Amino acid sequence: MKTKLTLLASIALAGAALAAPQTFDFKDPKGINNAGFKLDAPLEAINGSASDISGTVTFDPENPGATKGKIIVATGSLMLPNPMQKQHMLSDKWLDATKYPEISFESKEFKNVRTAGDTTTADVTGTFTLKGVSKELTVPVKLTCLKDKLGQRVPNQKGDLLVIRASFTIKRSDFNINPGQFEDKVSDTIELTLSIAGASPK
Amino acid sequence: MKRTFRIIAAVLVVGAIAFWAATGANRGWTKTRVPKKVVDEVTGLEGIQWQDKFVPGVDFLGAALLGAGFLAGVSFFVPAKSKQP
Repeated sequence: MKTKLTLLASIALAGAALAAPQTFDFKDPKGINNAGFKLDAPLEAINGSASDISGTVTFDPENPGATKGKIIVATGSLMLPNPMQKQHMLSDKWLDATKYPEISFESKEFKNVRTAGDTTTADVTGTFTLKGVSKELTVPVKLTCLKDKLGQRVPNQKGDLLVIRASFTIKRSDFNINPGQFEDKVSDTIELTLSIAGASPK
Repeated sequence: MKRTFRIIAAVLVVGAIAFWAATGANRGWTKTRVPKKVVDEVTGLEGIQWQDKFVPGVDFLGAALLGAGFLAGVSFFVPAKSKQP
């Protein structure tokens, strides 16, 4: 009887451990993770990306609505094809990368959560911080939990991957980036995309 | 001398247009790096790798035309070669 109870308790504990929220680290050793941005401009759209992304997300496949986390993009890692544009963008006139080295999004609440298979879509409300200005935003996201796939991406490691995709727009004027200025040269609206994968080693 | 300036100006215009056309006739700004899309097979994510590559744009073309115009303009102020008696 005692043995059976111990066995049941062990199974229950193992089940609880499997269902427990996992923490995914978004520092990508493969350098694939990226945040893209696009601003309309008269001659051609300004398209760039950032690759220095970090942060953690706690995700429970049994309860995706309880997902919490913070993603940070290093401002200095923003890249543009034109060196002069990059210099201007990082200068104190635009993003002031020296004073504000991080752009971040911290989730607060997941709404309209829909899960099909390993993929969850939701509207995430959280705090977006850019150039020292924090605003609450609601962003549609798609999360895909890839069980036991970490080893295929990072040799000699076992664990799961969490892929996050998001696309949304912000206005630079909302974040004190030359509000009301140069709108004939650079649009006020910035299109942002996030394509990142986090790892949860076992 | 007058002729030399005009020949250099013409070569500059032709050379710049030929280089611009040969490198893809980019109608945007000059680029010194270009994004290359890389797909991660495990996650399906599309990453971006930046590669150093010079792609002249309309500003490059404009600068070359301005330079050629300057040389052509200077040629008008250079005295013509006097004929030897």
